[in-house]
Amino acid sequence: MIGALVAGITGSGGAVASSYESIATATGTGSSGTITFSSIPSTFKHLQIRGIFNDGGYNLNLRLNSDSGSNYASHKLYGNGSTVTATGAASGTEIDTGAYGGSTTNTMSTIIIDILDYASTTKNKTTRHFAGNDQNGSGLVWVTSGLWTSTSAISTIQILNIYGNYNTQTTFALYGIKEAA
Amino acid sequence: MPAGATYEPLASTTLTGTQSTIDFTSISGSYTDLVISIYCQNAAATTGTRTGLLKLNSDSGTNYSYTSLSGNGTAASSARASSQSGGIYYAELPRNGNGPNVFGFARISFFNYAGSTNKTILSENSADLNGSGNVVRIVGLWRSTSAITSISLIGGSEGFASGTRATLYGIKAA
Repeated sequence: MIGALVAGITGSGGAVASSYESIATATGTGSSGTITFSSIPSTFKHLQIRGIFNDGGYNLNLRLNSDSGSNYASHKLYGNGSTVTATGAASGTEIDTGAYGGSTTNTMSTIIIDILDYASTTKNKTTRHFAGNDQNGSGLVWVTSGLWTSTSAISTIQILNIYGNYNTQTTFALYGIKEAA
Repeated sequence: MPAGATYEPLASTTLTGTQSTIDFTSISGSYTDLVISIYCQNAAATTGTRTGLLKLNSDSGTNYSYTSLSGNGTAASSARASSQSGGIYYAELPRNGNGPNVFGFARISFFNYAGSTNKTILSENSADLNGSGNVVRIVGLWRSTSAITSISLIGGSEGFASGTRATLYGIKAA
């Protein structure tokens, strides 16, 4: 094959200023099902979390500002390799992303979580989640959304697993996205 | 506290003729994730789309698998392929026969690409042909614990058409 070769990528030099900034990274301990990002600055417009996780195959949920009230809703669209399912739930105590963690050694689930206008004090907060788990013969793809019926600025995000513990290969990274000044 | 700007463009190409593959090689392990954005078209003179696959580190073993979720305007579907040697499905590529200006889009994330786990990717793909088309979400697995140092995007049996543009980005976590 004749390829359009783009070679010699070094990771240094050529970088340009970006509005996408790393805020914090958290890793699993093997003994806890909770990952927490706290004291999130309000200096960005949007947040994104990118993660890989393995927790024995349980659901990943989100809780914001440690609010454990029935103030969350979720909608899920997912495929398991043969069928597609759409579901929703209201008045939950967490956002259900639908995604579950990897359950095989070295095989991780992945997720991208977008939280728009997280620092607004006049809008409820909507989240978007794109996640997947493929284990060479089984797995799912999820496209889901969440709602937190609160106008508070988000300063804490908990990534919860009620039933399992995140293993030590689990990593979630929080990024902030700025807008034009 | 924020650790500074990231999401750096590492390499980019815009094709001026038909090419079978777009290859990003000698990728350093300096980042946490990689992202490829590609605005793409297959060179076939017929209508419809071609399936785009990608290979990692030139591996031609049966180490690829994927699960997809798709909508075509009338129905939703989900599919899976296991133990594949041809690569991971990343996109439906509009064929040139739909019109020379009809391109599709894919954004592909490679997580923990330099780490010691098997490698999982997520791809978001859209291909609208003005009357038909697909929106596709894909999770792919490469059963290898090797760091990814090269990515080969395959443009379907006729290759990528001229005008296809791909950019590789690196994202570094704090």
